Amino acid sequence: MQLEAKNIGFRYDNGPWLFQGINFILKPREIVGLTGVSGRGKTTFCKILAGLEKPVEGSITLNRKELHRNGYHPVQLIYQNPEKAVNPRWKMEKILNEGWKPDEELLTSLGIEKEWLMRWPNELSGGELQRFCVARALGPNTRFLIADEMTTMLDAITQAQIWQAVLEIFKKREMGIVVVSHEAKLIQRLCHRVIEINSL
Amino acid sequence: MISSLNISVEAGEILAVVGASGSGKSLLAHAILGILPSNAKVSGTIKFNGEILTSARQEALRGREIALVPQSVNYLDPLMRVGKQVRTSVKKGNEAKAQREVFERYRLKSDVDKMYPFQLSGGMARRTLLSTAMVSGARVIIADEPTPGLDPAVINEALNHFRDVADNGNAVMLITHDIESALKIADKIAVLYAGSTVEVAPANNFTGNGEKLRHPYSKGLWRALPQNEFIPIPGSQPHPSTLPSGCLFEPRCVKATLECTKAQPVMRELRNGIVRCIHAT
Repeated sequence: MQLEAKNIGFRYDNGPWLFQGINFILKPREIVGLTGVSGRGKTTFCKILAGLEKPVEGSITLNRKELHRNGYHPVQLIYQNPEKAVNPRWKMEKILNEGWKPDEELLTSLGIEKEWLMRWPNELSGGELQRFCVARALGPNTRFLIADEMTTMLDAITQAQIWQAVLEIFKKREMGIVVVSHEAKLIQRLCHRVIEINSL
Repeated sequence: MISSLNISVEAGEILAVVGASGSGKSLLAHAILGILPSNAKVSGTIKFNGEILTSARQEALRGREIALVPQSVNYLDPLMRVGKQVRTSVKKGNEAKAQREVFERYRLKSDVDKMYPFQLSGGMARRTLLSTAMVSGARVIIADEPTPGLDPAVINEALNHFRDVADNGNAVMLITHDIESALKIADKIAVLYAGSTVEVAPANNFTGNGEKLRHPYSKGLWRALPQNEFIPIPGSQPHPSTLPSGCLFEPRCVKATLECTKAQPVMRELRNGIVRCIHAT
């Protein structure tokens, strides 16, 4: 099982290429850091990996097969700003259970309080919301997780809580993870190898 | 909601305010400036130069003596060129010169002067916000999360600039969740939890395993950093509607005793800092 990006290129309409000729392989049991100056296309590349954006050139394959467009996607993306990634008109319980039904154990390890389930998204802090976004992305069929500045806006304790929960599942399920961050200390702590988007 | 919050910052000093998201850091800044929404209920006093800040005083001092670097880049005027926005903040001396100098310092080229906010990247907008406060000549600068989205070189420039401002006899309050940046320049660090100050410590107490810190929450915050142990305290900050009757941190605290549940501890002096914990030594 591997996630492979082959010769990926992206640009808007006829604008300049954001990047071109990117090759990247992510294997299970591997955590890879992705860094680079802002505006170079890290987030766009993440969206392409997760199938949320189509590359203009090149292909994304999972086990050398093209990814299907419907059903539960085996590559899940978590964004920097959770308030922009949840439906403001749904209560947290519905948001959490949209893709799968996370078990009690996962909710506990992520520090999600029962009482939050009946709240609206605007009644929770960013750190509280992000825990839901992580829980819903960790369905049993998730093979690869793309964490795009997942904990940038959070305090150190919330950051460590979320990452410790993710790392536990990473070990148990033999997933692969991409970590996008500007924080060198976090990348150092988490990643087996690091690549710069300019040098891909 | 913030409650039982005591804090002071002196001329020549940088006070960093750190703590969990939702702990009331931005509310504190807005309370000092007097720009809370009209349905906010406020009690307690805020003093500037020994004088109580009434809402009339706040209005008179805002932008002149006390300046804010707001957290959201939405605070820029969308219909005014950014160079002009910075120039209107200059209260003394040559406006154009002050504006160009601060933009140079933050690496904003001269073509940026004539741009509107929608033409700026997130990082450029944040540098513009920093510029408006820095040229104001205010004696107190309150910066609310001024660094996210900036690359390391610009972050360092901004931090050095805050240090210069303080060294020139002004006071800076730096609100941030980036403890590492705060430690580079701050003299003291206030730690907020669930809307109240739990500790104010000299910056150099944030070292080693946190053994010099006083409050269990500050210690936990320090140990949770990726360069330290990366181990979190379990649980989460209480919601403002369900605050515990005793110490606000008691439900998550390993040192908690029955006494902690009875009343919220008062702030007390301890080893050159202050702490809100009856067990702190």
